[in-house]
Amino acid sequence: MATNYEDRVRGGGGGGGYDSDDDQDRRPMGGRGPGRRMHRRRVCRFCIDKVDLIDFKDVRLLLNYLPERGKILPRRISGNCATHQRMLAEAIKRARNIALLPYTTD
Amino acid sequence: MNNKRQYEVVFIVDPTADEEVPKLTDSFTQIVTDQGGTITKSEVMGKRNLAYEILHHKDGTFVLLEIEGTGKEIAELERRMRVNDRVLRYLTVRVDEDRRRADKLKDRRARKAAKRPAPGGGSARRGGPAMEFSDSAGE
Repeated sequence: MATNYEDRVRGGGGGGGYDSDDDQDRRPMGGRGPGRRMHRRRVCRFCIDKVDLIDFKDVRLLLNYLPERGKILPRRISGNCATHQRMLAEAIKRARNIALLPYTTD
Repeated sequence: MNNKRQYEVVFIVDPTADEEVPKLTDSFTQIVTDQGGTITKSEVMGKRNLAYEILHHKDGTFVLLEIEGTGKEIAELERRMRVNDRVLRYLTVRVDEDRRRADKLKDRRARKAAKRPAPGGGSARRGGPAMEFSDSAGE
C-alpha cells in the first residue's frame, strides 16, 4: 500500500513541482464540481483502529456496514481491506442468525 | 499445548418467561459443568428487540455464556437448548482460534513498534505532505 502511494506521488512530478501538484490535488477535493470524478481516499477503518477481532455482538459497529436494505456494504464502497471485510462479513452473518441484525428490511 | 477450546454461546429466551432466565442459565451451567466444561463468563445481555420475528416473538432476553471445554459439553448443551421451547434461538461460536490469532497480531505489532519507534511505512505516509510543505516554505 505504502509503496503504491509513493509511486503515485512521484509520478505526479519531481522536485519543486511536486509540492504544488500535491497542493492542487488536495484543494479541489471539497470544491471541485462535476468536472472530474471525486476520488475519496479509501481506507480501512479497522486497520486504522488496529482491530484484530470483530465481535458479532457489537451491533452498533456492524450497523455502520449495513445500509437500509440490510445488505452487507461492499468493500469497494467502504474501503475495507480484504481481511477486515471478511471478518466483518462473518460477524454480520452471525449477528443475523441470532436476530441482532436483519437479513432483509423492507 | 492448550487443547481446551473456548466457546461463546448466545441464546434468546422467550420474553414471556423472563423470570425463568436465572433458572435456565443455572441449569445450562449445570449441564456444562457435568460434562467437564467450565463457565468462564455468564452474562444476561438484557431484553432487546429482535431484528425479525422468531416464532411470532418480537423481542427476547439475550444471555451470553463463555465456556471452556472439549466440545462435548457444547453438543449436550445444544441438544438441550434445541429441545427447550423457552429458548427461541442459540448460536455457538468457537473463539479460541480467533482470539489466539488476534493476540499474535497484537504481539507482533507491539514488537514491531518496540524495534522501530519511527517506522518508515506509516509515518512517511502521514508525515510526507507536511514535510513537503515545510520544504517549499524554506525555499
